[in-house]
Amino acid sequence: MAASPRIIVVGGGLAGLAAVIKIAEAGGTVDLFSIVPVKRSHSVCAQGGINAAKDLKGEGDSVLKHFDDTVYGGDFLANQTPVKNMTAQGPAIIDLLDRMGVPFNRTPEGLLDFRRFGGTLYQRTAFAGATTGQQLLYALDEQVRRYESEGKVTKYEGWEFLSSVLDSKGACRGITAMDLRTMETRTFPAEAIIICTGGNGAIFGKSTNSVVCTGSAQSALYQQGAFYANGEFIQVHPTAIPGEDKLRLMSESARGEGGRVWVPRDRSEKRVAKSIPEADRYYFLEERYPKYGNLVPRDIATREIFKIVYEDNMGIDGQPMVYLDLTHLPKERLHKLEGILEIYEKFVGDDPREVPMKIFPGVHYTMGGLWVDFNQQTNIPGVFAAGEADYSIHGANRLGANSLLSCIYGGFVAGPQAVAYAKALPAQEGDGGHAAELQRQKEKNQSLLSSSGTENPFKIWRELGDTMTKHATIVRYNSGLDEADAKLVELLHRAKNINLSDKSQWANTSFAFARQLYNMLELARVIVQGARLRDESRGAHYKPDFPNRNDEQFLKTTKAAFVDGAPSITYEDVDTSHIKPRPRVYSSS
Amino acid sequence: MPSIIKVEIKRQASPDSPAVTEKFEVPYRPNMNITSLLGEIALNPTTITGQATTPITYDSNCLEEICGSCAMLINGKARMACSALVDKLRSGDEPITLAPLSKFPIVRDLSVDRSVLFENLKAVKAWVPIDGTYDLGSGPRQIPQIQEQRYPLSNCISCTICMEVCPQFNDSTNFVGAATIAQVKLFNMDPAGAVLKEERLRALAGDGGVQECGFAQNCVEACPKQLPLTEAISDVSRDVIFQGVKDFFTL
Repeated sequence: MAASPRIIVVGGGLAGLAAVIKIAEAGGTVDLFSIVPVKRSHSVCAQGGINAAKDLKGEGDSVLKHFDDTVYGGDFLANQTPVKNMTAQGPAIIDLLDRMGVPFNRTPEGLLDFRRFGGTLYQRTAFAGATTGQQLLYALDEQVRRYESEGKVTKYEGWEFLSSVLDSKGACRGITAMDLRTMETRTFPAEAIIICTGGNGAIFGKSTNSVVCTGSAQSALYQQGAFYANGEFIQVHPTAIPGEDKLRLMSESARGEGGRVWVPRDRSEKRVAKSIPEADRYYFLEERYPKYGNLVPRDIATREIFKIVYEDNMGIDGQPMVYLDLTHLPKERLHKLEGILEIYEKFVGDDPREVPMKIFPGVHYTMGGLWVDFNQQTNIPGVFAAGEADYSIHGANRLGANSLLSCIYGGFVAGPQAVAYAKALPAQEGDGGHAAELQRQKEKNQSLLSSSGTENPFKIWRELGDTMTKHATIVRYNSGLDEADAKLVELLHRAKNINLSDKSQWANTSFAFARQLYNMLELARVIVQGARLRDESRGAHYKPDFPNRNDEQFLKTTKAAFVDGAPSITYEDVDTSHIKPRPRVYSSS
Repeated sequence: MPSIIKVEIKRQASPDSPAVTEKFEVPYRPNMNITSLLGEIALNPTTITGQATTPITYDSNCLEEICGSCAMLINGKARMACSALVDKLRSGDEPITLAPLSKFPIVRDLSVDRSVLFENLKAVKAWVPIDGTYDLGSGPRQIPQIQEQRYPLSNCISCTICMEVCPQFNDSTNFVGAATIAQVKLFNMDPAGAVLKEERLRALAGDGGVQECGFAQNCVEACPKQLPLTEAISDVSRDVIFQGVKDFFTL
């Protein structure tokens, strides 16, 4: 094969950019596809920080403790070998980011500062104010811009991935993509592709995710034969600002810097928050989890807030909200949180330095994603995946500040692995399947444009979001999941009967959205059916009818395959070769 | 509060099409922002006169004012649509007006092409030229005061509002605009990034460079992230002059 293989990276967030940098550095040529200019990717929204056991606080932290916290926090569902590798690389990745110029917060001596995050007892999280994701994304974006100016990277911004091109042996030979301005669909050749398309929050309607986080690319690949793993594990972040159009994240760093979660002890409390004395406040996380306090893992904090509101009926003013209180923090601590305080101030109108914030859980992250082996390769030869789009690392629940690390780690593995694969790939036979795949995509476009049905795609999306949020988030019942799946089948049927109000062929956003919507619906079935079949509670997946973890039956990775137009679910053993699974108990003091 | 919001949107189907204004009435809900209002129109794309139309094309992504996508003119003012709250925009029965940024090529409706900023960042080498991504140990120590200076500049979201509001940012001056100059200061301040300091300053010395700034100070007032833009421009301006003098005697 060619000495300088051509690799396509889809998605320009942290994982995608990390992969691009490794490939360009190794002398490869990269085509980088992204719906938005890569500097506007969703990684920009990450706030609190990035974990690495540098142990600069004299606490005796270590890579092995980070490894154990991650596996334990994920309720033992993650394959342990990649987690071990990631945590081992953590300190070097932080050093690299520092060398790239990320303005990390500093100690007086000029060293990196660290804060504590959920699910650990160590100060292990490096941070740049409360906009760490933005700063990391920019650092990688700048490095990629440097390679772009040297001609090693070609960016296709404003292009949307539609599908992979598979040859007669089922190996990947490129992609089809659509130019979101001219609406032209065409194919691009590559010896390997890396999918770094992030999360799928849009499936739940409102979430903390960005608009582009639809899971459409992952779903398209699943429909082409890729396994989708652990789809049912969806992280609902405990602290988000309920909003009209989205749920805005209120970073875990707010609690890492000392923020406290509480509700009034008296359900009929009428006083304003600040005038309620300590004795009349119920700091329910601190009382129930004396050791970890407000920094229990996210799945646990989320369920406790949910219970306080819906079982104990103790939400503020009877509403589904609790206080996240920073008003007691000293100025220098608040200063480290400026970025998120501004968000609250701008979108709610209250000053969180003076008034306790009102928050509620919101869909935030998918632990599940494309199935990959330990080299980040999916079961489709030549298709790699990294970042939130793949399922590795986080198991049944992700610890805060591990996502930025896993994105960069995944990209750093996927890039060189894709190059190695491409170098060993035999030349394609014929056109490698390009003409046939292009034809398939053009037919999809044509049928959508000529469809004269009655359905509005945005209305179907709203129904999808309502259904998924109601039945497939914090608390799940089999009856509700059955109901949800039936609804999804109905919506899929209706999605074939769309009438686009805009049939033009220039920057037609509703056309692109209608294509994403169909993929969202197919992926939603994977989430719902995975949840339906997993009769246990583990990490973020909680069924009151099956309240315990059941290792005998379900210490297994869920693998969904698209068979005859529906998910077909099988299970695979989890790699537990390093740490023996033990009960996950955060409540002991 | 009336239960209907009136909106007037300047639209253009393509770069070559004529601009038209369409009027809409959207049901009011508390805490609406401009992006949710545009989403509401997509659910029912019908004008005030009952005429069927198309959903509005606009750029958006994070909806929390950090990705920099949704800059547009709202009631004539350049700002981010996601953080523009309807409750604060309405005055009496006056409609809210939306229009695309005026100084960038139109793509469609409220969407414009702002890639010029990314090209400018290339021209000034806005990056730290690291030796490689392999493990080369920790970065240089930096006292917190350096971070305190660099971090605000690194908060630039590339929204281009500073360029839109700048009287000097136009076809005749080729001015790069405040955002690019601020990034030059940021990277020149980095201990390792400073290795390219002279190249960056020379890039800002010629046509369209920092001397085009007319000190209108619109940029610093309009910046949604409160970057210290005028301070950056004056610092870089001074460095560019020193560099010019130095080059005159040595080159």
